[in-house]
Amino acid sequence: MTTATSTIVQPVDRSSVDRPAVVLERVTKRYTGNNGILALDGISLTVRPGEFLTLVGASGCGKSTLLNLVSGLDQPTSGSVEVNGRAAFMFQDHALFPWLSALDNVATPLRLAGVGKKDREAQALDYLEAVHLADFAHRRPHELSGGMKQRVAIARTLATRAPVLLMDEPFGALDAMTRDLLHDELESIWRERNLTVLFVTHNVREAVRLGDRVVLLSSRPGRVVAEYEVSSDRPRRIEDRAVAVLAGEITDALRKEVARHGA
Amino acid sequence: MALDLDSQPGVARGTLQENEIRGLDALDLGSSAPPRAHAVWRAAWPKLAALAIALGSWQIVVVSGWRESYVLPGPVPVFVELGHRLVVQDFWEAVGITMTRGVVGFVIAAALGLVLGVLVARSRILRAAIGSLITGLQTMPSIAWFPLAILLFQLSEQAILFVILIGAVPSVANGVINGVDYVPSLLVRAGRNLGASGLTLYRHVVLPAALPSIVSGLKQGWAFAWRSLLAGELLVSIANRPSLGQYLNQSRELGDTSYMIALMIAILTIGIAVDAVFSSIEGGIRRRRGVAVSG
Repeated sequence: MTTATSTIVQPVDRSSVDRPAVVLERVTKRYTGNNGILALDGISLTVRPGEFLTLVGASGCGKSTLLNLVSGLDQPTSGSVEVNGRAAFMFQDHALFPWLSALDNVATPLRLAGVGKKDREAQALDYLEAVHLADFAHRRPHELSGGMKQRVAIARTLATRAPVLLMDEPFGALDAMTRDLLHDELESIWRERNLTVLFVTHNVREAVRLGDRVVLLSSRPGRVVAEYEVSSDRPRRIEDRAVAVLAGEITDALRKEVARHGA
Repeated sequence: MALDLDSQPGVARGTLQENEIRGLDALDLGSSAPPRAHAVWRAAWPKLAALAIALGSWQIVVVSGWRESYVLPGPVPVFVELGHRLVVQDFWEAVGITMTRGVVGFVIAAALGLVLGVLVARSRILRAAIGSLITGLQTMPSIAWFPLAILLFQLSEQAILFVILIGAVPSVANGVINGVDYVPSLLVRAGRNLGASGLTLYRHVVLPAALPSIVSGLKQGWAFAWRSLLAGELLVSIANRPSLGQYLNQSRELGDTSYMIALMIAILTIGIAVDAVFSSIEGGIRRRRGVAVSG
């Protein structure tokens, strides 16, 4: 069963019993200051609980702005952002605290939540085990490879116990082999823990490899151009034919978007 | 037992996935660090060579007869004098009093500097008001404060403490301000997203991230405190409170130049020793954070 279907954007069915994990309604973000750049223009998007949603677009599509708004690190100029529960952020650069061991990094959100030392260390070790790094608990970030740092960052994000994960090109700086393995890791974690993921990337293949649904954004200002349901079976591989076919289709649409700016 | 791989692809894939990722980890992490004994010698020999050259030059100047030997004695009589003094209680009493003043002054300066630094780093108004004043104060030679200090506090411990503080507090505060200013905004964003805000953000993210700069500020603060202290002890002599600075002044007045230079060596040695402590703290911080240390 490896057929990919795609559908152009339609309003998402609101009658489902589950409360959506994230709802953006006509969200606009204009930055004050230099010429008042319009980053996002009237974005409406509903993310189902447990959905793996990937966002792709060229430079300047406001992908990162969108995640900032969902995380609450930034406020929309107009429109509304609703998150059912907390949203934890994972950055392209691991953003680990260099003065703490892997274990203490992972334990930080627990510490901030008031969990006692013994409990939080035991829990942090469990989260590290989930990314197969329990053996490296006492290493500091600089003693780990790039891929390992990102896995510690995943564990730290999980430790926030947030139901929604926001990932801003988390694997952008990794080599292809490591990235493929981390796709597998992330996919298992997402499935086991029933998380909702908003995953931003400029890599269309990656978006199709991971997503239940891929949202294509236009650039300057960012608008939703199209949405694609990815229906091929999991676990997938980035080399799968179905992934390649759909990725090709999305890439064509993306190129058309980019060409508009050159015309 | 039938070998049916297709019936359990999940299991097979799961273990393979784990092995793959562990294998990659093993390949990613290189070999261990080089031995340390070699590094110690590499760091030590240039210092020993420099010391030998300095003592040799001093001896050459003395031998050349540029000054009478009672004005400028050579290294041998000075170190003999120092050796005598090291077994006398007076000398250690003076070292004790000077060091106590230095340490007490430094601790108070560190506390005030940390609080002042955090306040100025956090408040735009305070920064505009006294940010440049804090930097400016550092350019003021500490000895220039003594006339005022003596008028305000007479010849007393308070006069010395006042000048130590006014020299050291701005250095410490500056270290904190610079450190806070250069905290990567990504770490602050990460900290906020993990649930920190306000004071907890400072405690768990901003101050630890600023620590290297704070320690540099403390180190510089100590240097200012130590200088101010010795200048103060030359000017402010308090009865029954013998100190290194006071002995230094007395030995000049009495023409005991061997003792005078021996005291200078003691003062320099204490300064270097404390500086080495700060440097090793700084080195430890850098090593733990994976910032390369050379030498």
